[in-house]
Amino acid sequence: MSHIPLMHAFILAGILFLIGFIGVIARRNTLFMLMSLEVMLNSVGIAFIAAGSSWQEADGQIMFILILTLAAAEVAVGLALLIRLHQQRLSLDIDELSEMKG
Amino acid sequence: MISQLPFYIAAAIAIIASIRVVTGSNAIHALLYLVVSLLAVAVCFYFMGAPFAAGLEVIVYAGAILVLFVFAVMMFDLQGDKDPIHYSKHWFSRWIGPVILSSVLLIEVVYVIINSANSAQYTSSIMSAKQVGILLYGPYLLAVEIASFLLLAGLIAGYHFAKGENDFGQGKDNMGGNL
Repeated sequence: MSHIPLMHAFILAGILFLIGFIGVIARRNTLFMLMSLEVMLNSVGIAFIAAGSSWQEADGQIMFILILTLAAAEVAVGLALLIRLHQQRLSLDIDELSEMKG
Repeated sequence: MISQLPFYIAAAIAIIASIRVVTGSNAIHALLYLVVSLLAVAVCFYFMGAPFAAGLEVIVYAGAILVLFVFAVMMFDLQGDKDPIHYSKHWFSRWIGPVILSSVLLIEVVYVIINSANSAQYTSSIMSAKQVGILLYGPYLLAVEIASFLLLAGLIAGYHFAKGENDFGQGKDNMGGNL
């Protein structure tokens, strides 16, 4: 197995986090914002696994498993919320959904 | 260096596919690019010495979570942004601010990572699934229990939110009528 420097894995994680962050900020479609959140969580997982395998501890992979369960729960709740919003407003645009009335 | 080449190729594929996810206009195409990005990240995990995490990435992320996305997109009956401003002449003005600010932050992060003193000497080593399992059901048992509670809460919340409009409204009306 090859030996990847920790630095390069961290830079990859930073670039992916940046891409997901730009997506969350710039997109107005809630579905695409949810997908960008997935990209961000994924980059955090890369950082954890890279750090864990550099220090030769398996703790990074434990954290990755916890991030995985968090992402699964977040996607379930988020997509259910989007389905409700789409039923009520017939739109996924975050600008039209910005007024919350009870 | 030649044995590390697949890692960098997979990293480049992950970055390109993630950019296509974020900037895409068709929801199904963006989802398929997200699958490609997750598979590339799984290859990166494998070359970082975490084959168990690579398998989990493919099975759980690309296999379960993305299928959930695909079903939801089918229910939404939408093919992308309804906002025509997004890709007309105002496209640039909406994207340029976040891109510039985040790029400055990325340059700072890369600068700090490269210039930190002792990070270059750490390289990855293989962590087997057995070590992960021993930790998972030893010192991290409480975290596993909390994760199970989180998943149960997500299940119940998803059921309640996505329940149909008709029986939800009817239940409220019946309650009001009885009162």
